[in-house]
Amino acid sequence: MTFLAELAINGALVGLMYALVASGIVLVYKSSGVVNLAQGGFVMAGAYLVWAYIARLGLGLIPGILAAAASMGALGWLTERLALRRMIGQPVIMILMLTFGLEVVLRGAVPGALGADTKPMPIPISQAPVWLGDILINRTYILGGAVAVVMVALLAVFFRTRAGIAMRAVSDDHLAAWAVGIPVERTVALSWAVSGAVAAVTGVLWGAVQGVDWSLSLLLIKALSVAVLGGLDSLSGVVLAGLIVGVFESVISGYVDPFVGGGTREVVAAVVIFLTVLIRPYGLFGREVIERV
Amino acid sequence: MFYRECGVRHTTYAADRALAVIPFERALLVLLIVLAAAAPWIVTDLFLVSYLTPWLIWTAAVLGLNLLMGWAGQIHLGYGAVMAVGAYTAVHVARAGAPFVVAVAAGGLVAAVIGSLFGLPALRVRGLYLAMSTLALQVIVDWILVQVPAISGGAQATLLVPRPHIFGIPLVTDQARYWTAAVFTLLVALFVANVRRTDVGRALIALREKDYAAAVIGINVFYYKALAFFVSSFIGGMSGAALAFLYYRAVTPEQFGLNVSIMAVAMVIVGGLGSIIGSFFGAGFILLAPIWIEHGLRELAAALSVHISPSTLAHLPLVIYGGLITGFLLLEPLGLAKLYDNVRNYLRVWPFGYTKK
Repeated sequence: MTFLAELAINGALVGLMYALVASGIVLVYKSSGVVNLAQGGFVMAGAYLVWAYIARLGLGLIPGILAAAASMGALGWLTERLALRRMIGQPVIMILMLTFGLEVVLRGAVPGALGADTKPMPIPISQAPVWLGDILINRTYILGGAVAVVMVALLAVFFRTRAGIAMRAVSDDHLAAWAVGIPVERTVALSWAVSGAVAAVTGVLWGAVQGVDWSLSLLLIKALSVAVLGGLDSLSGVVLAGLIVGVFESVISGYVDPFVGGGTREVVAAVVIFLTVLIRPYGLFGREVIERV
Repeated sequence: MFYRECGVRHTTYAADRALAVIPFERALLVLLIVLAAAAPWIVTDLFLVSYLTPWLIWTAAVLGLNLLMGWAGQIHLGYGAVMAVGAYTAVHVARAGAPFVVAVAAGGLVAAVIGSLFGLPALRVRGLYLAMSTLALQVIVDWILVQVPAISGGAQATLLVPRPHIFGIPLVTDQARYWTAAVFTLLVALFVANVRRTDVGRALIALREKDYAAAVIGINVFYYKALAFFVSSFIGGMSGAALAFLYYRAVTPEQFGLNVSIMAVAMVIVGGLGSIIGSFFGAGFILLAPIWIEHGLRELAAALSVHISPSTLAHLPLVIYGGLITGFLLLEPLGLAKLYDNVRNYLRVWPFGYTKK
């Protein structure tokens, strides 16, 4: 029972951190209908930048993270401005492949420029676990889960500001938003920038968990499964779906791994995507698109 | 000038629907086939083994994927898994003693059955969601391949491929393997080119344009979607088997991972969706261009005596490859086939360009 509780609690915290990665995907999807398959690469680039600013340039922890968030925001904005905006009206596969191409470029360019070996994320978190009764909890996960909840809450607040309301309007209908004077392009670009900044913060957390190297970009599958299960355009769905995916993944791999020789963790997310698409494509809270011919 | 159409008059429907209408193009095709057959005497062995053979086999795989993506309009991000199923099945069948041709066909068949599973979500969703569910299935199939020792021979294992025989003739030399690959690719290309001319091909194209509209004009959408996935996976499975037998000569799960699926889609898009010659261009370009560009950059850096760190150099092919994908999508979304078409259309009416409609 303790084992199950331990798996579930750690899993839930990890799931919240997945939700943070997924929130970047949801933000962009909400405003522009593009699923950013480079989000894993963005997280990796963010983690590398934080590491570079702190360890190489000697910035403090908070200034380093802020500088990385600003740089990643700029990268997200540039991506929209230079690449995605030219693809408006192209078939879905073209846009998906474009973001995949970006992912490949990031995966090559960032480790190529900053070094491919795994680096420790220079943030002061003790490695000693927290004991909750008999249950052992990873300290980094607690911080990660807390930051994830705060970030998602901040995003929810952001959607109540002027820019956020404009973004919601854009996600409803581009043409109608245009008609009432909302700068649609600028709003979409803003959502990319925010998503880039979120990726930088996510990169700090995941970099602290598993070290900074290219494998951070593999978070994409987990993030996709969370985003799809929650509904691609639902920010609150992301939190619940993150909890579900995290708990399932942790509990299933905890009990099944000894029998099949490991690696179950990777496949749970994929199964979640597949089942969600088959049973309820629009996810838990996503908007069901009714197609009229 | 060369692509002259004047004097080409069709008196029968059969002549009108021929694969190559312009006489010059027919001559070009024959010349290319002769050149391909004579390649072992023209190019060096190294070039033959490490460039031409994989290019041809990859072309066959891309043709299969193009049938699905270019004609039927279904997105598939898990083609690598389908190829893996084909390769593993064929290797196991061959190890059990079956001849090469039977093994490849068995690989194709099992891959087609598993590949139809990938098409299951396509009966309900399309576009974005189909892309994600095929991506998920790729991960699942990869996992099963690695985790089931009966298939992969245990984690981190490499299965050696038995030496292939065709009708009792052992394929021992590099040349023999190359010719086998060339014949295989030619057959697949002929098949796909002919599918386009049949009612099935036209049904697939109608499906691509709009599946509701296709249903309205009496096309069984479910049937044709499933058929497209089945046939394309059959070709993919055979290509995976051919890749294992004629090029790698050993199979590991990493040879057919997610990156390979992405590469296959990149080949289709860079080559040109729904184009046969584009499949040849795309496969060759994505396979060979990163190697050659990286080589050129290395020599340039050496010539300018600029020092590049080994870590940067090691990541250069990845950057070039990703850059090619993004660059093509942004600058020429219709791919290399469109570039070829531009030249062809120009030559068709050259020196009388003003006659163009």
